[in-house]
Amino acid sequence: MGILEGKKALIFGVANSRSIAWGIAQALHREGAQLAFSYAVPALLRRIEPLAEKLGSTFVEQCDLSQDDEIDRLFNKVSVDIGNIDILIHSVAFANRDELSGPYYATSRDGFRVALDVSCYSFTSVVRSALPVFNPGSSCLAMTYYGAEKAVQHYNVMGVAKAALEASIRYLAADLGPLSHRVNAISAGPIRTLAAAGVSGFKAMHSKFTDLAPLRRNVTIEDVGNAAIYLCSHLSQGVTGEIHYVDSGFNTVGLSTPSRE
Amino acid sequence: MSDTNDTLEQVREIITELLGVDADEVVPEARFREELGSDSLDLVELIMAFEDKFGGEISDEEAQGITTVGEAVTYIDTNMR
Repeated sequence: MGILEGKKALIFGVANSRSIAWGIAQALHREGAQLAFSYAVPALLRRIEPLAEKLGSTFVEQCDLSQDDEIDRLFNKVSVDIGNIDILIHSVAFANRDELSGPYYATSRDGFRVALDVSCYSFTSVVRSALPVFNPGSSCLAMTYYGAEKAVQHYNVMGVAKAALEASIRYLAADLGPLSHRVNAISAGPIRTLAAAGVSGFKAMHSKFTDLAPLRRNVTIEDVGNAAIYLCSHLSQGVTGEIHYVDSGFNTVGLSTPSRE
Repeated sequence: MSDTNDTLEQVREIITELLGVDADEVVPEARFREELGSDSLDLVELIMAFEDKFGGEISDEEAQGITTVGEAVTYIDTNMR
C-alpha cells in the first residue's frame, strides 16, 4: 500500500511526458494518490488527456492562471467533482521567449509583469483558492530553480520571478502553518522540458552540469517525483517553508575543476 | 545514400509517433505545419526528439529553417551524424 493512499492531488503544469509535473504525477500515482490535472491552453489538451488516462484520472480542466475568474471556476469544479484535496502541485512558469536571452536589463515592463504574474503570483492565487477545499494537513509544492539565487546566464526575468516565488513560499508557509497546511518548493537541476527549450544556451548548460555537480549526472523528472512524495506526504510533516534541492548537489559546491578520472 | 535513407526512416518513426500521422504521409516534401498538421509545440517537441535521437544541438535559428521532412533529414545528415 502506497503512502499516499486515499489522498487527492491537483496538479498544474503537465504539458507532455517530459514535464516535471508529469514525473511528479507518476510518483504520486505510484504511491496511491488520486490525481486531477489542470492545463493552461487548449493546445495542451490532446497531450495531457492520454497521460491523465494512463494514471486513471478523468479530471482534466483548462485554467488560465492569469485570470482570477478562471481559477474560481476551476476550484468550484474541483469542489463538485472531487471534493476536498490533500496535495497541490504548481509547476507553471512563463516568460516571453525574447526575455530569455541577452542581458537581463533588456527585460520589458510588460515582459516583467507577465513573468511575475504567471510564474509567481499564480501560485499565491491557487493556494488561496484551494484553502476551502484543503483537507487538514494539506501540502502545497511549487517548482523553482537555482537562477532564483544566483545570476544564471539567459535565465533573466525568470530568475527574478523564481526569487519572488521562493519568498512567497515562506510567506505562504507562515500563513498556512497555523492551519496545519505546509508549503514547500523543489529546486530542480536543469531538465530538458518543453519550457527549458525556450531558454537560450540551455543545452550547453545541461551537458556541462554533469561535469560540475557532485553526483556527476543530470537529474530526471523521476528524481523530482520521488522527492515530491516526501514533501507531499506525512514523511515531511515537520517541514514547511523550505526550498528543497534536487540538483545532484550542484548548489552546494563552488567552482570546481573536475578531473575526468 | 544509404545513410540518408536510414535517416529518413528514423525521422519518419519519430514523426509518426509524435504527430500521430501515417508513415506514408511522411515524405521528404511534406511540410510539418501544412501537410502534417503540427502546431508550434509539436515543432519544439520534434526538434527535441531529433536532438535526443541523433545527439547534438539544433539552435532556434537553425530550427526555423527546418520546415519539411526533407530539410530535417538533410540537416541531420549534415550536422548531427
